Amino acid sequence: MRRYSAFAIAREAFRHHLGWERAWASPAPKSRYDVIIVGAGGHGLATAYYLGKNHGITNVAVIEKGWLGGGNTGRNTTIIRSNYLQDPSAAIYEKSRSLYENLSQDFNYNVMFSPRGVIMLAQTEHEVRGYKRTAHANALQGVTTEFISPDRVKDLCPIINIDGPRYPVLGGLWQARGGTARHDAVAWGYARACSAMGMDIIQQCEVTGITAQGGKVTGVQTTKGAIGCAKLGIVVAGHSGVLAEMAGFRLPIESVALQALVSEPIKPCMDVVVMANTVHGYMSQSDKGEMVIGGGADGYNNYTQRGSFHHIEETVRALIETFPMISRLKMLRQWGGIVDMTGDRSPIISPTPLGNCFINCGWGTGGFKAIPGSGWATAEMIAGGAPGPLAAAFGLERFREGRFIDESVAAGVAH
Amino acid sequence: MLILTCPNCGLTAEESELAPGGEAHLKRFGPGSEDADFEGYLFQRANPKGVHFERWRHAYGCGKWFLAARCTVTLEVFGTYPAQTTEPPTEIVNKIKAKRPDWSLS
Amino acid sequence: MSTRLGTGGRLIDRTHKLNFSFNGKRLKGFAGDTLAAALMAENQMLVGRSFKYHRPRGIVAAGAEEPNALMNMGRGAKFEPNQRATTTELCEGLTAASQNHWPSLEYDIGALNQYAARVLPAGFYYKTFIHPRPFWKHVFEPIIRQSAGLGQAPKDRDSDRYEHFHADVDVLIIGGGVAGLQSAVIAGRAGARVLLLEQTAHWGGRAPVDGVEVDGQAADIWINNTVQALEAMPNVRLRARCMGAGVYDHGSVLAYERLTDHAPQTDAPRHRLWKIRAHQIITATGAIERPLSFAGNDIPGVMLAAAIRDYVVNYAVSPGDRTVIVTNNDDAYRTAIALHHAGLMVPCIVDARPTATGALPEQARALGIPVKTGTAIAKVKGGKRVTGVALCQQAGEGSVTEEIACDAVGMSGGWSPVVHLWSHCGGKLNWEDQGQFFRPDPARAPISHDGNAFVSAVGSADGHMLTQAVFDSAAAIGTEIATRLGRKVATEPVNVTGPQEQPLVPVWVMPQGAPVEARSKMWLDFQNDVKVSDVQLAAREGYESVEHTKRYTTLGMATDQGKLSNINGLAILANELNARIPEVGTTTFRPPYTPISMGAIAGEARGDIFQPLRRTPLHDWHEDHGAHWEPVGHWRRPYCFPRGEETHAQAVAREIKATRTSLGLLDASTLGKIVVKGPDAGRFMDMLYTNMMSTLQPGKCRYGLMCSENGFLMDDGVVARIDEDTFLCHTTTGGADRIHAHMEDWLQCEWWDWKVFTANITEQWAQIAVVGPNARKLLQKLGGGMDLSASALPFMGWAEGKIGDFDARVFRISFSGELSFEVAVPASQGRAFWDALHAAGAEFNATPYGTEALHVMRAEKGFIMIGDETDGTVIPQDLGLGWAISKKKDDYLGKRAQERAHMIDPARWKLVGLETLDGSVLPDGCYAVAEGVNANGQRNTQGRVTSTYHSPTLSKGIAIGLVLHGPDRMGEIIEFNKVDGGVIRTRIVSPVFYDPEGEKQNV
Repeated sequence: MRRYSAFAIAREAFRHHLGWERAWASPAPKSRYDVIIVGAGGHGLATAYYLGKNHGITNVAVIEKGWLGGGNTGRNTTIIRSNYLQDPSAAIYEKSRSLYENLSQDFNYNVMFSPRGVIMLAQTEHEVRGYKRTAHANALQGVTTEFISPDRVKDLCPIINIDGPRYPVLGGLWQARGGTARHDAVAWGYARACSAMGMDIIQQCEVTGITAQGGKVTGVQTTKGAIGCAKLGIVVAGHSGVLAEMAGFRLPIESVALQALVSEPIKPCMDVVVMANTVHGYMSQSDKGEMVIGGGADGYNNYTQRGSFHHIEETVRALIETFPMISRLKMLRQWGGIVDMTGDRSPIISPTPLGNCFINCGWGTGGFKAIPGSGWATAEMIAGGAPGPLAAAFGLERFREGRFIDESVAAGVAH
Repeated sequence: MLILTCPNCGLTAEESELAPGGEAHLKRFGPGSEDADFEGYLFQRANPKGVHFERWRHAYGCGKWFLAARCTVTLEVFGTYPAQTTEPPTEIVNKIKAKRPDWSLS
Repeated sequence: MSTRLGTGGRLIDRTHKLNFSFNGKRLKGFAGDTLAAALMAENQMLVGRSFKYHRPRGIVAAGAEEPNALMNMGRGAKFEPNQRATTTELCEGLTAASQNHWPSLEYDIGALNQYAARVLPAGFYYKTFIHPRPFWKHVFEPIIRQSAGLGQAPKDRDSDRYEHFHADVDVLIIGGGVAGLQSAVIAGRAGARVLLLEQTAHWGGRAPVDGVEVDGQAADIWINNTVQALEAMPNVRLRARCMGAGVYDHGSVLAYERLTDHAPQTDAPRHRLWKIRAHQIITATGAIERPLSFAGNDIPGVMLAAAIRDYVVNYAVSPGDRTVIVTNNDDAYRTAIALHHAGLMVPCIVDARPTATGALPEQARALGIPVKTGTAIAKVKGGKRVTGVALCQQAGEGSVTEEIACDAVGMSGGWSPVVHLWSHCGGKLNWEDQGQFFRPDPARAPISHDGNAFVSAVGSADGHMLTQAVFDSAAAIGTEIATRLGRKVATEPVNVTGPQEQPLVPVWVMPQGAPVEARSKMWLDFQNDVKVSDVQLAAREGYESVEHTKRYTTLGMATDQGKLSNINGLAILANELNARIPEVGTTTFRPPYTPISMGAIAGEARGDIFQPLRRTPLHDWHEDHGAHWEPVGHWRRPYCFPRGEETHAQAVAREIKATRTSLGLLDASTLGKIVVKGPDAGRFMDMLYTNMMSTLQPGKCRYGLMCSENGFLMDDGVVARIDEDTFLCHTTTGGADRIHAHMEDWLQCEWWDWKVFTANITEQWAQIAVVGPNARKLLQKLGGGMDLSASALPFMGWAEGKIGDFDARVFRISFSGELSFEVAVPASQGRAFWDALHAAGAEFNATPYGTEALHVMRAEKGFIMIGDETDGTVIPQDLGLGWAISKKKDDYLGKRAQERAHMIDPARWKLVGLETLDGSVLPDGCYAVAEGVNANGQRNTQGRVTSTYHSPTLSKGIAIGLVLHGPDRMGEIIEFNKVDGGVIRTRIVSPVFYDPEGEKQNV
């Protein structure tokens, strides 16, 4: 793999950039691999990457129905934070965030991780208490966060309106090393690195069946033929239920649409990410200058990657209250992705009822920020045959035992 | 913005008048039931890419719950029917089969 | 130079001059001008700078597809960036400024980027700025952010108004050109309810500009007659300046009407967002001309050929004195002819096709315009303005055959149907080789709720580029739609007179063998600076999917959303991959068609009416008495009532002291009140609550807990049995609607044979808690004849009667530990009752108190608060509420869930009281630390605080919390963490800090 650098660009400039090689290869599938990962989104590619990097397993294929990074990895609002309340969540999201810090250098591919800081606004007394609780939990979890005053919120984000009228800002939970990254680049960077390790990324290849013998997985049937494997990882986000059905089990998951939108680009006016959970909206400004906006998910099962406009309407309304200046910006584009919501809204990283078949799914609305940590933990599980400490709490059995990981505390009921 | 016809009041309602309620025809397992049955009832979902039987409440209308057969890929609605049923009406099942010969009620 | 012609201009009113300014320069135009037309008339072709290289940018188009002419417009609270000059109608006093340059449009430091363009190809930023790590955030990214971004950020709160409008129609027609008008006539005559939308201020689209004749008359006449006929139909509505923005599921459509942008002094909403439910939708959205890719095609003065025609015919504006036309089709000859008729010079028509023998080329030749076939533009000369073109053979590699001086270039690479609205909701496309475009595939139309197609395309939006075919398709589709709706149709044929056209020849790169030096000067996306060489680089590097290429190069991601660049980019990509264009496919078309204001999306709901505000009958009194509000759901409740210079803490302490020593009054009206009634009400209550409610006697109250089916505590409150068949359930303020829905869910969907009704009567009653040692005295003073004595109305009893003149239900319940009567009166009597309580209570220092005093007093008593002690992970057993869980019942909601392994685990955290050793107040949300760390290196914990307050009654900090084996560890000292790393030594105590025997409330 040729290294990327300013010098390489300058050298290529002399020949009009005709000498750049492919970022990743496009091979035909071999008949058998040690590990097959289904799904070349961020989580699947990251799983493959850490299988190679941490565990020396490089006879790996990543099989993708469409194009790599074409699902939720490329459809989210790119927020990265780890200010979670519950220990297992804080552990995996902080692992993820800390991996993001060095991802560009790891890859030699700039994923533009920008630790510009994330504020979660407290707009009710209930939220104030919830975020203060999170700050205390984070202090014990090794996650650096701080509960800040309304004035500090205003200093960090001058375009915010802290005076209401309906929901004055009472403070905020501030994670200075949270931020954003370039979502596509995360997938592309992992793909390039996996390819460089000799792994096969096989795009335009749909899995049509899973084969097993004696209760253990033996391979997959695909539109490019049968491919054998010793271990199988299913990492397909919104389509997990479909793959699980092929493997013969059901998941505690419903797939729903989550929408987002961007404004037209404007000159920099917002350096931090702001999330306003009381009114259900969040916003940041991309490096192109677009205001990137997200809100709540639809409530019904949906595989269309479209949602209903009234959710957009509610989100925009909430954000105009929070940032009055955006009233005179224009919505450039809206889109949707399919997210899989579990029974406790926390992810699943787990062995499955089928031997040597592992699943990573259920990231709901929070998947992008988790990509490196999720890949790390899933690779550890696949390599070792059982979940390691990062994944241990995210097993499928928790729904049977009632051992939930519920992060909805700060957005819980009011008195 | 979906539209669904409430079988209780007969109104064709906008999605914003309705509250979705997840998979329909779940059998409740109460005290004394097996762990696996209870888990299945409370959490495991069909989540099909295709015909889905689901619950809706006409929350900002007559307030009644009803059930719908809807495709999660095309969003076509094959019919709505009262919530007081334990399985989809034959008429709706037949209608789906007529349109989707490969489909069967599992 | 570009200038205003002496005559002509079908849309302008030369008698009505308008003043406007551009970059501070005072300029003039005419009513009817667009800003772009007026700028060109004033020779202002340079209007902006591109995104990446800060290249000079001129006006390219005449409509919504314009990528370059984006302006900062207006001032102060009406300032708005990124306004498109080509769709902005000129009005008196308009102020516009160009964007993305410093210090000025003419001299832009950022333009240095273009000299570095060779080291800034597509995706360069992925390959560099990697080391050293902190430089991305602190150095590189700020530079990139500053140089990107286009318009300025607005600073002020928007002073304009917006509104929403709902419509339900049989047929929605989007596009008011001849195709849309003709479809509307057919559907209208058939009696359907029709809504016809046109995004510009004018009806008729391109037909009048193209000079066709309809039924033997100029197109304008047919258009005027048709519009008049439609306006006369009561079942037809027409809306100009109203764009179909997006098509959504089941026939819902968003339209964006610009009401006062062209007349900002009007006292009316600025934009109106239409939410339309249409049974059938006809997209008559026309087609957009494609640029050609030749070196220097981005230099100001290079325009779309048809746009030049628009400016000449509609606004009498010439783009230049000498305009070269370059084309691969016949249509562009119309521009040459129009320029010629306007008295302007067309030095030559450069036609890449080997021959051009159609009617239009022959007409051009006859006018003496030289036509050079098989020819291409090798490069455009000029910097901030075109000065000439160098020609070459299209078949070759670009050896210059001649140079022609000119100051404008009109280019046409053919036309692409506007398929956005067709595609928004899943409509699929077919590739048409003849015209080299994607067009709607009627066999794969968007599907509505009934499984039937609900969108049809007509006219050039369906690929019919000749006017006669446009009319024919409108007639066919109009008839089909009306028939689908069950209506009878009578159509009259419309006859169009116009020249036939010869087919175009696809030309994606000019000349065909252009070397890379030339390809890296051929722009595909003018705003985002994406060139032919960039798309080729992306393909070479493996970004082969059209989505990869788009994202890697940013092709089509600018504010025009690729209206000009998409097909050209696809063709380049397909060629590079040795694939056919349809195999590469398009990116997904996403709403809106052109950007729409956030203000319009939000509509009326902003400021005070952003969300509905629920008010209790006492709301105004609270407002008048200085309440500090706390939002609780959609309610606002008084947090406290500060007096004078009091801090909130001082006010809360005073309110508590007054209540505990004499008399406090609380507006408890927001508490949920749900009636459960019917022969099976008791049975139902037993399933809803963990307690046995069916044994509650009429006249009595009982505190109850409700769990979700998942076992977690979801709400609590006092239940009063009204009579044998009737229970009144009090819920939390935030829980009322949710709990009512929960009840209905179980009643309707699980136990539908049970004879029970529920009703949420929360707002029917005003409820006031009269609390404190003097509570009984106050109520007795008001008279009315109710016996409120402890024997007649004991604790946890209730009674109905008169308090004074008020119809009251009196509940002997207490959330403060004091003698307390919660008195409910009909909402209409609430304010008068409250006033009466205050008047009669003056001698007892009757003091209104807010939610914070309520919280402190309940914490002093160790009462739990839903949302504080519970968070969706807590079961009643954790809270020492085992007494409220019936052991006798076989079943209640949540019972099975509470049998699961984790729920019966003895190692759960349980409720206790907490007292710091130094009497300080524990911080909100702190955790009890335990020894060591877990497998992930996180400090182990053994509990957390759930409520913590300064108790003015006890003059020290008090807290309650959940601690591992807590109730077994009374007196033990444990440590709670501080965010700065320290710990607070704290003793585990009983959660009841105040009056543990209950002597105060049971009097």
